[in-house]
Amino acid sequence: MSTGSFVSSPHTARVNRVDWVMLQVCLAMVPGTLALVWYFGWGVLINMALATMFAVSAEALVLTLRGRPVLPAIGDYSAVVTALLFALTVPPTLPWWLTLLGMLFAIVIVKQLYGGIGYNPFNPAMAGYVFLLISYPVAMTSWLPPDVPELLQARDLVTLSFMDSARLIFTGALPPSLTWDAITAATPLDEMRTLIDQGVVIDEIRQSPLWGDFGGRGWEWVGNWFLLGGLFLIWRRVITWHIPVSFFAGLLVMAGLFWFLDPQTHPNPAFHLFSGAAILGAFFIATDPVSACTTRRGQLVYGASIGALVFVIRTWGGYPDAVAFAVLLLNIAAPTIDHYTQPRVFGQRRPAG
Amino acid sequence: MKLHSSNAAGRKHKRWRFHGGIHLPEEKDLSNREPVQDAPLPSQLVIPLQQHIGAPARPCVAVGDRVLKGQVIGEPQGYVSAPVHASSSGVVSAIEPRAVAHPSGLQAPCIVIDTDGDDTWAKLPEPILDFKQADAATLRERIRAGGIVGMGGASFPSSVKLNPGADQPIDTLIINGAECEPYITCDDLLMRECAADIVDGIRIMLHVLGAKRCLVGIEDNKPEALLAMQQAVVLRGRESSSSAPIEVVRIPTLYPSGGEKQLIKILTGKEVPSHGIPAQIGIVCQNVGTANAVADAVLRGRPLIERLVTVTGRAVVHPRNYRVRVGAPATGLVERSGGYRGELAKLVVGGPMMGFRVDGDAIPITKAVNCILALSPEESPDPGEPLACIRCGRCAEVCPANLLPQQLYWHARAKDIDKVQDYNLFDCIECGCCAHVCPSHIPLVQYYRYAKTESWAREREKRAAEHARERHAAREARLERMERERKANLRKKKEVIAPKSAAAAGDADPKKAAIEAARKRAAAKKAAAGQVIDSAVARASDAGTASTAEPVADQAGGTPKVQLVASTSPAQPSRTDAPAKRESVREPVSEDQD
Repeated sequence: MSTGSFVSSPHTARVNRVDWVMLQVCLAMVPGTLALVWYFGWGVLINMALATMFAVSAEALVLTLRGRPVLPAIGDYSAVVTALLFALTVPPTLPWWLTLLGMLFAIVIVKQLYGGIGYNPFNPAMAGYVFLLISYPVAMTSWLPPDVPELLQARDLVTLSFMDSARLIFTGALPPSLTWDAITAATPLDEMRTLIDQGVVIDEIRQSPLWGDFGGRGWEWVGNWFLLGGLFLIWRRVITWHIPVSFFAGLLVMAGLFWFLDPQTHPNPAFHLFSGAAILGAFFIATDPVSACTTRRGQLVYGASIGALVFVIRTWGGYPDAVAFAVLLLNIAAPTIDHYTQPRVFGQRRPAG
Repeated sequence: MKLHSSNAAGRKHKRWRFHGGIHLPEEKDLSNREPVQDAPLPSQLVIPLQQHIGAPARPCVAVGDRVLKGQVIGEPQGYVSAPVHASSSGVVSAIEPRAVAHPSGLQAPCIVIDTDGDDTWAKLPEPILDFKQADAATLRERIRAGGIVGMGGASFPSSVKLNPGADQPIDTLIINGAECEPYITCDDLLMRECAADIVDGIRIMLHVLGAKRCLVGIEDNKPEALLAMQQAVVLRGRESSSSAPIEVVRIPTLYPSGGEKQLIKILTGKEVPSHGIPAQIGIVCQNVGTANAVADAVLRGRPLIERLVTVTGRAVVHPRNYRVRVGAPATGLVERSGGYRGELAKLVVGGPMMGFRVDGDAIPITKAVNCILALSPEESPDPGEPLACIRCGRCAEVCPANLLPQQLYWHARAKDIDKVQDYNLFDCIECGCCAHVCPSHIPLVQYYRYAKTESWAREREKRAAEHARERHAAREARLERMERERKANLRKKKEVIAPKSAAAAGDADPKKAAIEAARKRAAAKKAAAGQVIDSAVARASDAGTASTAEPVADQAGGTPKVQLVASTSPAQPSRTDAPAKRESVREPVSEDQD
């Protein structure tokens, strides 16, 4: 008979593990990541590797300082998920020290200073992202153009090789005879915002080679591949449909309403869905269990609010994309939403709360 | 093979769903392939006096007495109690605490019988064959005398459950044949082998309750049991057409569908109110084993002295079911099953989801023990050190009570008993679904049990404080009353004395003058003697109040209780420890307002 301490029922083998959950999230990122690499070059992968290294080191460091066992916490792969999500959202040419700064902020301040996994009120990846976006707006908004021949030709742009990307990330040196203007391009959301602000109508904006079938050229496909990963997560029951679906509903209803009212100054709902980090955010970021709502009805409110906020910030706010801000804002509202959306307990007439 | 409701002409009974639940590896076929075996009669029976919820039985035999099979050896004490019977003939060799099947691992009073091997029956009460002519009270008395308790695990005295009272008319009797725990197959085998007796027991209970119908819920992973029960219902239905309909309902296999509240929901769509009992919604729920025991007691006069027990798990050689005497040691059953094999990770009484671990098999089988489960390390691996909760919500997804287990855990861990109750801790049935699916391997059920124990302890403290407060208030009122009475008496006495002295003055003026003269002399003397006597006279005139004031002052210096008395009196606010005391009294009140 085992000599372990008395532990009450159930006596069954446990069927889930935190590290399996996290690894499945990593696995689900693969299609979207490949699409990002396809369109935006090797910088994405270099960033992922750097971010993972920094995040895991930072976590190990803080755990050592806190006198906590290091290996079990590193072994849950939550820092890896944070790092990968962060790397997927930052520009592929981000200088390495910004990645370091972002990861230090995310892991040390947002995650570990609050008590580590399970205790952080904010999504660490998004907090790190927002921290950099506010502090280093230029570096954080210098996106490469998607590698689509028509677009590159029309705008006279070039793409970066692996060595070029690496050099840019580690030394900040541009390839010889190239300028920033030759390698970066506004994101579809940026361009849409700028042109609408200048009074250009949507029909004209859509003439630009930047546009694909429903979103930005290239970008829309990245979104589709993340969607695939998201469906995998739902199938594996790592997440439930509630947050992504309500996120999309919130975004589409808002976008649809304004598009219906004035289709020349408001892009159609599909554009919102397939631009920026909407799909990645809905499946991978808003669903971070630690900082999201946990009640079913709460998750619907939470997701829909994020979706609506994304539209509001994109349309009237100061930043072209809004997923990170919307998620952080709702993170802080999650406990309150949870409190008011407790389920009706078996045998009770009204939900408690 | 059609397995829907039999006697309702093919109409499929509507079934409802409860929230959550999980699919578990069933592991039933380990033990349900062989018919039930009679366990050998052990040389010694250890019969616990408490095998039920309620007051333990009181032994009514002495060491050295010869007892017969079926003889009462422990009498019930009180209404919620049950007798215990000798399960074989022999001699009482001891009445003492012994190890029993209890999660605490503590010993409990038992009657030990050295069996003589003759297995001689005591004189049994007359069978009540025509139970329909018997009144409910007679049948209930027989069920009580038979020592019958709920055999699904809770072991609540059945006669009490079958007496819901006139204010709670019972519409439906629900028979629990779900047996949703993995591994356990004793109810399955009982239904296969004793379906007719179960149906007889059902009919008796329907008669006792005056219920309109009976629904038997059986999980669809027991097709043989379903068929046997349906056939028995049809057979008995033919014999007596007048009875209330009995419907055998096939329910989906989903743990914990055998939970009383869950089964009621599945079969009727009704929810037992939180903190309530099924009788409040016109339902009584009994286990198939109980129905079988009821039939035995009423139709044969036999008390509950044996039951079916599953001995299973991959750490025993031959898992199977046994018909076991109450009081027989589990050791014998394990031996009969070929003993242990490989490494025994855990020995569990009951199922893997809700059973409790015991340190060894030297424990007697009781009316409530349905399974001895010997788990191998592969079946019950060490879950390892728990990690932090990541709030994934799987637990909430599977919770059959629709609770938020992660919130309960959070507050239980913080020892925030108020909050944990706000999150409906006491609706938790401890089914273990949440802990089973938790990716962080947190022993959630253990936290909830801890929080419940803490709540009960605090409830007791609260009640004690409430009691103390009431006593204090009563004491205060009494002191006040006594004071009032004393003053009233004093006033009366003064009233009586005053007119008398007035009258005396009128009657005998010379006398008064003489006294007055004497006083004056005395006053003069006093003035000469100085101030000393002045104070003495003053004291004498105030003697009435001073004499009662003294004890109060004495006590004020003594116990804190009386300091409180002092503090409540506005004239002399005591600042010593009254505020603290007041707070401790006030606290429970503010809880009530919450």
